[in-house]
Amino acid sequence: MVRRTAFAVLAAVAALALAGCGDDTPAASSSSGSSATPTVSGTVEVFAAASLTGTFTQLGKDFEAAHPGVKVHFNFAGSSALAKQINEGAPADVFASAAPKNMDDVKDKGTPTTFVKNTLEIAVPKGNPGRITGIKDFADKDKKIAICAAQVPCGAAAEKVFKAVGITAQPDSLEQDVKAALTKVGLGEVDAALVYKTDVLSAKDKVEGIEFPESAKAVNEYPIATLSEAPNPDGAKAFVEYVLSDKGKAVLTAAGFDAP
Amino acid sequence: MSRRSRSTSGRVPLVLLLPALLGLAFLVVPLIGLLAKAPWSTLPGQLFSAEVWQALRLSLVCATAATVVCLLLGVPLAWLLARGGLPGRSVIRAFVTVPLVLPPVVGGVALLLVLGRRGLIGQHLDAWFGISLPFTTAGVVVAEAFVAMPFLVISVEGALRAADPRYEEAAATLGAGRWTTFRRVTLPSIAPGIVAGTVLCWARALGEFGATITFAGNFPGRTTTMPLAVYLALETDPDVAVVLSLVLLLVSVVVLASLRERWIGGLR
Amino acid sequence: MTLYADLRVSRGSFGLALDLTVEPGEVVALLGPNGAGKTTALRAIAGLLALDSGRIALDSTVWDEPPGAFRTPDRRPIGVVFQDYLLFNHLSCLENVAFGLRARGVEKQTARVEAARWLETVGLSQYARTRPRALSGGQAQRVALARALATDPELLLLDEPLAALDASTTLHVRAELGQHLRRFEGRTLLVTHDPLDAMVLADRLIIIENGQVVQEGKPTEVAHRPRTDYVAQLVGLNLYRGNASGTIVTLTEGGTITLAEPATGPVHVAFPPAAVSLYPEHPSGSPRNTWPAIVTGIEQHAHTVRVRLNAAPAGPADLLADITTAAVADLHLTPGQPLHTTLKATEVHTYPV
Repeated sequence: MVRRTAFAVLAAVAALALAGCGDDTPAASSSSGSSATPTVSGTVEVFAAASLTGTFTQLGKDFEAAHPGVKVHFNFAGSSALAKQINEGAPADVFASAAPKNMDDVKDKGTPTTFVKNTLEIAVPKGNPGRITGIKDFADKDKKIAICAAQVPCGAAAEKVFKAVGITAQPDSLEQDVKAALTKVGLGEVDAALVYKTDVLSAKDKVEGIEFPESAKAVNEYPIATLSEAPNPDGAKAFVEYVLSDKGKAVLTAAGFDAP
Repeated sequence: MSRRSRSTSGRVPLVLLLPALLGLAFLVVPLIGLLAKAPWSTLPGQLFSAEVWQALRLSLVCATAATVVCLLLGVPLAWLLARGGLPGRSVIRAFVTVPLVLPPVVGGVALLLVLGRRGLIGQHLDAWFGISLPFTTAGVVVAEAFVAMPFLVISVEGALRAADPRYEEAAATLGAGRWTTFRRVTLPSIAPGIVAGTVLCWARALGEFGATITFAGNFPGRTTTMPLAVYLALETDPDVAVVLSLVLLLVSVVVLASLRERWIGGLR
Repeated sequence: MTLYADLRVSRGSFGLALDLTVEPGEVVALLGPNGAGKTTALRAIAGLLALDSGRIALDSTVWDEPPGAFRTPDRRPIGVVFQDYLLFNHLSCLENVAFGLRARGVEKQTARVEAARWLETVGLSQYARTRPRALSGGQAQRVALARALATDPELLLLDEPLAALDASTTLHVRAELGQHLRRFEGRTLLVTHDPLDAMVLADRLIIIENGQVVQEGKPTEVAHRPRTDYVAQLVGLNLYRGNASGTIVTLTEGGTITLAEPATGPVHVAFPPAAVSLYPEHPSGSPRNTWPAIVTGIEQHAHTVRVRLNAAPAGPADLLADITTAAVADLHLTPGQPLHTTLKATEVHTYPV
């Protein structure tokens, strides 16, 4: 369904390009097979959730290679902080959120598209010193546990999971974003944390992952949208299209995200 | 009224007055903004919620405990820097001020690397004594003391340098050993410097966020101080965040204003 | 039970080399100009300064003997009254006086009782609860003295004790201080640049200049028989060296003086400035010593004016005369003015070099 929407957008843009501009080179629009909108220039300002740091940085580099002269600039932070900044007038072109709720908080935007899904996974330090076996260990008082605070997307998802499993979690810390929880695992300060699959993969030299079936109960959908007040609307559109393209998908799936 | 017009010191020169007023406005306007945006209608309900009082109590207890730690360690350190006659004093002083320039989160990470479960010292503390600082209230005190101590040390060192050593000589000729002299003569004479340093230290500890959340984590009642509560509330309910901020602001202002000027200004 | 102090201290180009002793009950004054080394000597004896070489000992107890032996001030049985008194501003007068006792281990209440007794002795009982800042100079000096004496020290050290006072207070404070010192049974070493302090308070004078002792003795002896110009000037005398032959003394630096009593050989010749009279013209009458002179300087003192004159070649090249202020007006005294000076032979003292 998203594919169809994407294709529709591509077609519309291509049609506009062919019909409206007049100075374009038809060769450019047909060669790559993806968006290739004419005259994408300047800087594209992308606000993205912290859990997208690795993948989007890569996508940004690829986008810059495909569009010489264009610079992509990122602001990675917690989704709700980003939503707030955008509402306060920060000059963003694109917003990629870790949960639909934060996207809903943003007022002036284009139609959001879910571009990936992320599932929770248990992260333990290399060697699993805490002898964690599954999600039920999160109710163990003697283990040192970190989960995200309920106010952030991964925390809300964690709550859903605990409810589904039917346990009361005994965390030692409620972290303000998922990267902070991951860092604590990497340093060996906690025996386990509940983070995203993508986070476990991104830190695979320090961290091991333990999957659990109930993670399917709380899957996070990540929406992406251009912003109405974007300083560079063409660049915004082009970037969103790139993310939704096959090339974009390849990078995201490799990092552990699930297809939408 | 007549007293003012007969003041012998003259009026404040304009070239000082204007920037001073500007500076005052710069500091005061954001606070006025907080007051203006406060949800006055829902305030009473939120004000008396358990989490607010829990976070406030924890904040006050930890800041005070951290200040006590800073006093116990910082005053002797200041004495060592001012009077110890050590070589390489300026290097030591530079190290003492490092927490001032270090981003607090970096400070928190550094504390983890040393005092964390697998830290240089922390691992031994855990293995031999079963003491683990991260995720505990004691950890909050450690993090706050780390960032706030430089304020105290610098203040007290300054006061010690300015103190007149002749009074200590007089005490010696009266038969007072070094510790008695320090206790009965030096300390009282630098009391204003100590008070000023303590106030700065307490205020800094109260407002600390980055090092606390990194080293001690965040858990209501145990490690969630007011700044952490405000930050997290901002994620979902900005109104609550404003209320928490106002409470913290009010408490701080009351404490600082109740400090008599003469305690900071001097024993006149 | 004598205090022996053999002091050798050097600070850059300045060197102090001084031997002194103080007996129990004795008041010794160390007198000299600023920079002479008197404060250095006092600080060394107090233990605030370490000797470079020498020895300080009270009988057989060594206080300082380089390279090894050194007792810090708190381990010496001393009491010090500093020039600025250095009363502890955060303590009341009573607590100040009690400080030394409490520092030496006396229990708080006992110390306070003793301190109250001392405040009574200096007549300041009603200021027991007052802070030092509220006291006048004279009162502060008395509290400082009480504080130093409260511990019953073996040696009392006074550093310019009256220097911080104004002229009118100084007179009666000096008198009172004298009484306290006479009553005190321990040893006292007093350091001052004011000769009047030394004359009034001391049993024995040690005059020090450039780190060296130049004269020592009872105040009256020193005043009557000064050995150097500085001492002479200090106690206000004209002093010359010369060779006496009968009643005429030929001064080494030129000029002659007629004596009342004959003498022979090298002598010191001394007479007070007050013995010199000035006339606008050559006077008649009995004075044998009459010299034409030129005024070289005029100095106002409390009730007199000290005039410097050059009476060469007939008389001394550097002559001091004390005259009244009225006389100055009468003579229309100005520098460079020619006058006639006379000196009564009977007022001239000589003593062998």
